[in-house]
Amino acid sequence: MSIAQPKAAPPVRPVVKERSMVLQKEMLADQFRALTAAKETGRKVVYTFVPGNLSELIQAFDMLPVYPEINALQWGMRKGSAGLIRDAENYGFSEDVCTYVKCDIGMFLNGNEGPTGERLPPPDLLLLSYTGCFTFMKWFESLQKLYPGVPTAMLHTPYVADGVVTDDMVEYMVRQLRDEVIPKMEAVSGRRYDESKLAVHLGLAAEAEDLIVKIFESTRAVPSPIDAYFAGVYYIGPVNAGFRGTPAAVEYYRQLHEEVSERARAGRTPITPEGELDEERFRLVVEGPPNWTHFREFWKLFYDMGAVVVASSYTKVGGVFDDGFRHDPDRPLESLARYCLTCYTNLSLPTRIEMLERAIVDYRADGFLINSIKSCNSFSAGQLLIMRELEGRLSIPVSFIESDLVDPRYFSYANIKNRLDSFFQVMEQRKALARTVEVS
Amino acid sequence: MNKFYLGIDLGSTTSKAIIVNQNDEIIGRGITNTRANYEVAAEIARLEAIYDARFALMKRSMHAEIEASPELARYISDLEEVFRYLEFRTRAYRLNRQMADTTATYFAPERQPSILAALGTVFAQVIADVKTQYLQSALGAKSQFFRDIFFEQYNARVAELGSGYYDPMMTLFDKSITPVENEIIPFDFVALVHEAMEVLREKYAELADRPPSRASSFDPELDLLMGNVARAGDPIRRYIDRIAEQEIPIANMVGTGYGRALLPFPKECIRSEILCHAYGAHACFPETRTVLDIGGQDTKAIQVDAQGLVTSFQMNDRCAAGCGRYLGYIADELGITLNELGTTALASQQDATICSTCTVFAGAELRELQNLGVPRADILGGLHKAIVTRAMSLLARSGGVRNEFTFTGGVARNPAVLKYLDAAEETP
Repeated sequence: MSIAQPKAAPPVRPVVKERSMVLQKEMLADQFRALTAAKETGRKVVYTFVPGNLSELIQAFDMLPVYPEINALQWGMRKGSAGLIRDAENYGFSEDVCTYVKCDIGMFLNGNEGPTGERLPPPDLLLLSYTGCFTFMKWFESLQKLYPGVPTAMLHTPYVADGVVTDDMVEYMVRQLRDEVIPKMEAVSGRRYDESKLAVHLGLAAEAEDLIVKIFESTRAVPSPIDAYFAGVYYIGPVNAGFRGTPAAVEYYRQLHEEVSERARAGRTPITPEGELDEERFRLVVEGPPNWTHFREFWKLFYDMGAVVVASSYTKVGGVFDDGFRHDPDRPLESLARYCLTCYTNLSLPTRIEMLERAIVDYRADGFLINSIKSCNSFSAGQLLIMRELEGRLSIPVSFIESDLVDPRYFSYANIKNRLDSFFQVMEQRKALARTVEVS
Repeated sequence: MNKFYLGIDLGSTTSKAIIVNQNDEIIGRGITNTRANYEVAAEIARLEAIYDARFALMKRSMHAEIEASPELARYISDLEEVFRYLEFRTRAYRLNRQMADTTATYFAPERQPSILAALGTVFAQVIADVKTQYLQSALGAKSQFFRDIFFEQYNARVAELGSGYYDPMMTLFDKSITPVENEIIPFDFVALVHEAMEVLREKYAELADRPPSRASSFDPELDLLMGNVARAGDPIRRYIDRIAEQEIPIANMVGTGYGRALLPFPKECIRSEILCHAYGAHACFPETRTVLDIGGQDTKAIQVDAQGLVTSFQMNDRCAAGCGRYLGYIADELGITLNELGTTALASQQDATICSTCTVFAGAELRELQNLGVPRADILGGLHKAIVTRAMSLLARSGGVRNEFTFTGGVARNPAVLKYLDAAEETP
């Protein structure tokens, strides 16, 4: 035996595109076009956030949303975030500040060119729906300085510390919507608040939400027909980017649901960027956002090992719908309030742990993984506690990797691969042991 | 037919290989410094382990003879030492050739003769010095790696040449060692063993010729060997040829360490070092539930279950603070060997407070404390304590110490780290 040996290059497989993917691409492209044309069409632009987004209300005022986090992550995926972050740091933002924020500030400093190359319009309204992430407040304080004179509407969501949404909380929020948010939206848009119009959008939202829940529940099947994290972030794209409450979103999710159901019926494995997965070997539940700058490489580390994510907390960042909550046309403002209150980042650690525990058990996961984001406080705080608690309760292999949202400097491929290799081998050992026990 | 198993750990700092027999006994060990060419490092470690295994097998098959004449065991140990010296010498000759080539390509023609002459002198001295060290088994706790053994003597001898030679001679070494280290140098095991026996014969004969008063201490085995010089090799010669020819068929193998993916092993034979440390700790101490591994470049806290399977782990792989490399750097800063570091620290009377375990800043803090007149032992005491504090925080992140605790990795050989770890374990 000698140590040196040549290595063969891996085969490259063609990219598979399903109809839902094409549909989504068109939807987002239309939205960017509408934003670019906002000045000519006279439509007012609202800058707001994904968690606690009031899409239906924005639609009721016929305004257009801009989501800075989505722009940032798209810049990250298109490998353009590094320069924007550097510019924001030169401007004075610290190395430790959320990289979504710095990407957004960098974008402003560079003429507000969006990730698709189109120039984004400045905001007519800053709608700050605060749902547990303190950085959101500081972010909008920065935007207020960058866009002097633009009105800000703040919707404060009380933290659900005890895991129970109380009537007082809902009432407090409805009052803010009625007294603070809606009047400002009326003033900016020049339209009257029309509750019946809002109700129509809320009805459509509930329809999409039903479908989303069914899509993400498809991972109960073994093998799972989808990856609920790496593909899941695409699936939640439309609902998180302002389409919740539109007929287009319902159509998209109906199409996606059909495709996913078909895959499940046929016992097929998830589609990866290199085609259908050969074999599902490990089922994972993942906590924390993905890394966007190396998204494909990151995903490949999983699908190369046959690892499929069957549930993730991150895909609930724009709303938790699997425990029965739906937007309700009969109780418009109240349901918007309840929606904000139950957003993932607004939930207490015990509630998050319970959610993850249910997911691990219900979706028969072999292991639990945390991707801890260097610059994301709202996700990272308490993650070690979550991990240890789940390890103790369920006696399953757990692992912890570290990366960042859109700062490529914090993605260390070798470190992540080394930890994941160990994690996969730990799960493999477990499975082998379980098989031995079964046989004997 | 006997079956053997090969394990290779291609680590960030050292590459280790072991040969295990079918009774789960380690019969051969090999270690070398990891270098740019991982495959060469792994191959050198593997060959060392195989040679080591051959000597071990030889001792086993000579069991009856050794029982009858116990001094034979001593003879075989001495033989191994000489064998290692001859391996060293083969590599050194190769390095010498490389240094001559470097001289020809790197230095101006008018300087070449003087450099070559100096190289000739120094090289002969280095070989003689190292031979003495091996023959007297005097390497002790020093590094056993070719690069280090050669350089220690080379550095000392170059210093004797006068300051004008220092820069060119160091450049010569720096430019020549890397290609030599990254090359497999073939050895003829049988020929080297025969030569080693010849060298040993000379050694014992020379010792026997000396007046008894010069023998350093009473050593009955050596006395016997000296008296039986001519005969000592005879029973061995029969075995040597058999063992040297003996194949060590590898029935299965496992590869681990940072460079494991580069090993030409089947995929299912590659295991993460986290699993290996956990399983190894479990094999030695079945009640182990927590493993701390401080290696050359990272620290790991591993939780393991009753079957030796990993349940979770935490790693510090972004920063080499407190790892083997950090200790190596500190030792260099103080001009002592890595192995002297821990023993010096044990003499600490009052541990200095060390704030930074960062390898990059370590030199600065060290010198500031030296400027303040803090004794070296106290500085080192504080430094080892700081390493342990850092390791403890990683352990805490991973859920703390559960039941029995096993400490692995190169840094586990450092007595001062053990001392402070013991103390930290006792403090709740």
